[in-house]
Amino acid sequence: MASSTLLIPPRHYLNDGYGIKSWLLTRDHKRIALLYLAGVTLFFFVGGAMAVLIRIDLATPPGDLVTDETYNKLFTMHGVMMVFFFLIPAIPAVLGNFLVPIMIGAKDLAFPKLNLFSWYIYIVGGLFTLYALVSGGVDTGWTFYTPFSTVASTTNVIPTALGIFITGFSSILTGLNFIVTIHRMRAPGMTWFRMPLFLWSIYATSLINVLGTPVIAITVLLVAAERIFHFGFFDPRVGGDPVLFQHLFWFYSHPAVYIMVLPAMGVVSELVAAGCRKPVFGYPFVAFASLGIAVLGFLVWGHHMFVAGESVYSALIFSILSFLVAIPSAVKVFNWTATMFKGAVSWETPMLYAYGFIGLFTIGGLTGLFLATVAVDVHVTDTYFVIAHFHYIMVGGTIMGYLGGVHYWWPKISGRLYNEALAKISAGIIFIGFNLTFFPQFVLGYLGMPRRYHAYPPDFQVLNVLSSAGASILGVGYLIPMIYLMWSLRYGRLAGSNPWGAVGLEWTTTSPPPTENFAETPLVTWDAYDYHAPSESHVA
Amino acid sequence: MSAHILPKRIYYTIYGILILCTFLTVQIAFFDLGPLNTIAAIGIAILKATLVILYFMHVKYSSRLTAAVVAGSVFWLAILVALTMTDYLTRAWRTFG
Amino acid sequence: MPEAVRDHSHVPGLAHHFDTLDQQTEATTLGMWVFLVTEVLFFGGLFTVYTVYRSWYPGAFAAASHELDITLGTINTAVLITSSLTMALAVHAAQLGERRTLLIFLAATMLLGGVFLGIKGFEYYHKFVEHHVPGSSFQFEQEYFRHAQIFFSLYFMMTGLHALHMVIGFGIMLVMFWWAWKGTITLEYYSPIEISGLYWHFVDIVWIFLFPLLYLIGRHAH
Repeated sequence: MASSTLLIPPRHYLNDGYGIKSWLLTRDHKRIALLYLAGVTLFFFVGGAMAVLIRIDLATPPGDLVTDETYNKLFTMHGVMMVFFFLIPAIPAVLGNFLVPIMIGAKDLAFPKLNLFSWYIYIVGGLFTLYALVSGGVDTGWTFYTPFSTVASTTNVIPTALGIFITGFSSILTGLNFIVTIHRMRAPGMTWFRMPLFLWSIYATSLINVLGTPVIAITVLLVAAERIFHFGFFDPRVGGDPVLFQHLFWFYSHPAVYIMVLPAMGVVSELVAAGCRKPVFGYPFVAFASLGIAVLGFLVWGHHMFVAGESVYSALIFSILSFLVAIPSAVKVFNWTATMFKGAVSWETPMLYAYGFIGLFTIGGLTGLFLATVAVDVHVTDTYFVIAHFHYIMVGGTIMGYLGGVHYWWPKISGRLYNEALAKISAGIIFIGFNLTFFPQFVLGYLGMPRRYHAYPPDFQVLNVLSSAGASILGVGYLIPMIYLMWSLRYGRLAGSNPWGAVGLEWTTTSPPPTENFAETPLVTWDAYDYHAPSESHVA
Repeated sequence: MSAHILPKRIYYTIYGILILCTFLTVQIAFFDLGPLNTIAAIGIAILKATLVILYFMHVKYSSRLTAAVVAGSVFWLAILVALTMTDYLTRAWRTFG
Repeated sequence: MPEAVRDHSHVPGLAHHFDTLDQQTEATTLGMWVFLVTEVLFFGGLFTVYTVYRSWYPGAFAAASHELDITLGTINTAVLITSSLTMALAVHAAQLGERRTLLIFLAATMLLGGVFLGIKGFEYYHKFVEHHVPGSSFQFEQEYFRHAQIFFSLYFMMTGLHALHMVIGFGIMLVMFWWAWKGTITLEYYSPIEISGLYWHFVDIVWIFLFPLLYLIGRHAH
């Protein structure tokens, strides 16, 4: 009881044991979250370095920075690093690991040792893939389409495939851990409908992780087997169908994009509620929309294959289903907007990222509907239109959500406050840089510039230069938070247990929290966003 | 908590049925029943799997959550196979054989 | 309720982050079931590939299936089903605290698993000798030469992955045997046996489907 009034408690999870062994052998979900933070940040910078090289090359029409083969390797590694080693793990493994037990009032996840093991798997998989990069690279694109990846490519397909296979287990086991934890370890009184919406998103994400990742695991294994043993699953020379690879690959990789965006949506729900000091409008709708996105997301993968050779009837079915999956996402956007209506809207940094998410995700999502329309997709598929679409969702959506969440929960994680002025400025730089980078790409794609090409007609140069300029601004925008967040660890003002005045179990414990999260198991008698009740009832 | 301690005779009975089904499925395979051969083989396999799941894995005596998890996994596999086959069964240019 | 079991040292096998042994058992059991879901989808990818190619090349699949030894396949199926029985009886013994019976049935399960793997190895050796391994040394009748390679690719991939899971299962059984031997498994704490059993039964179920799909195609011909 008294500890929550101390600005910083004498013993907390960060000083509970010193030295490298206490970190590398920890079972504390909060320390594991920080281990993941280090990992995802590293891989983000590797993927970002690839992007820098790509955008420099694309500033001029001829492909003159690197050879064609090297360019193929650059965009492949950019995709592989960003998708598998940053976007998929970032919010679940960093924010999810840190917050899930605290938000449900538990001492840890259901399987703490498995959690640590998952981190090691992630690092080993990442190192495998980095090795593949450093020892020559891969040129198949992150999508590994057959038969190029199985028969013709002479690059490091197998180590990359194995790296992804290994890392997949990290996703699977983390998802398993979250599902069991949320089912079996909620504190007394924490019913499903009293959980913060972030947990509903994490739960839905975990369902996707568990159901989808095994399929890409077997798929990359098939690619490796075909390369090593000359099995003929996708080889037309023995009657195999290369498009079958695409079915298996996209069965996972489409739901994977919901693994990337659902947690960010969960973060946005938390930010909007806290920033507007209001319960999220239509809580059950948002909760069920998360589940709806997870389920429907599995039914649409064929929209990546409209021109690949799937039958036109199959294409039509996938097209209709792809329109359906937009509905739960739209429900969420409406509900966040309704939450802000007549709320005490704030302009603090986490809220800026939330607003950015809502706007940019909407643009990205609407352009997804263009792509779901078969007749339009025939023209813009494999052009920069697609690239712009998914970067609006992944960068304008997921990364904004991630940064918003990191800023919102930074005081809880570190016990310190960051410099708000610098944070606002970075958010602005990121927003401007992002739009300058990717909006021209919609136009480029519509005008016909193909993706994965580094040479293009001179007519496209102006738009490409705008995009490259935007990318440099975006890069600066990403670097500044690294600096002020690190700086705050030593010199930031002490945060106290609830600097935002928000409702949620995580704000009832100290900043940083003790290793066991709570001095006593909480008894929950209030709703998730009970901003109208007297504040004393939520202080432990 | 796991109160489902089944009498051993249930295990032996289910075992007997499983062995019988195995024998049946092999015998049926030697008769030409056209498309029914495949249906019978898969049907018998599904029956065997169901018995193992319900009795050996105790799902009949477990929570609804467990049953939902099992049903969900089967349903998701069905999505993968069925939606993939909507492509392979409707390709007009494909001749089967 | 949570204060009741603060001191976890009284309860053998109870991890510190759980409140009661019941909660821990429910969590670990659910955890194994969720893991089996991932295994269903993992093997499921292979079943999808199988479905596609069997629908495209029924003749080649039937001809290739003929080359598998149906006697050995049937024996192996019976062996694995029997091992599921012994596994269920092992769990039963654990539930009643009968240590010796538990050890016997765990050993029987491992023995039967070993027999299965031995027969499988024998079959693989024969396939190698008969030049039915896809690749440069593959030989088959002219009419189905290309497509039969897909069947055998699937055969080796599916049964190979299955065999790998059996080997892992064998390892799990060894650990369970050791725990039962040294008394870690008690009347109160036997959920590891139950959970290992779930894994073992799942591997059996995969084979229950593999057997007819690989061995029993078009057996009525000639």
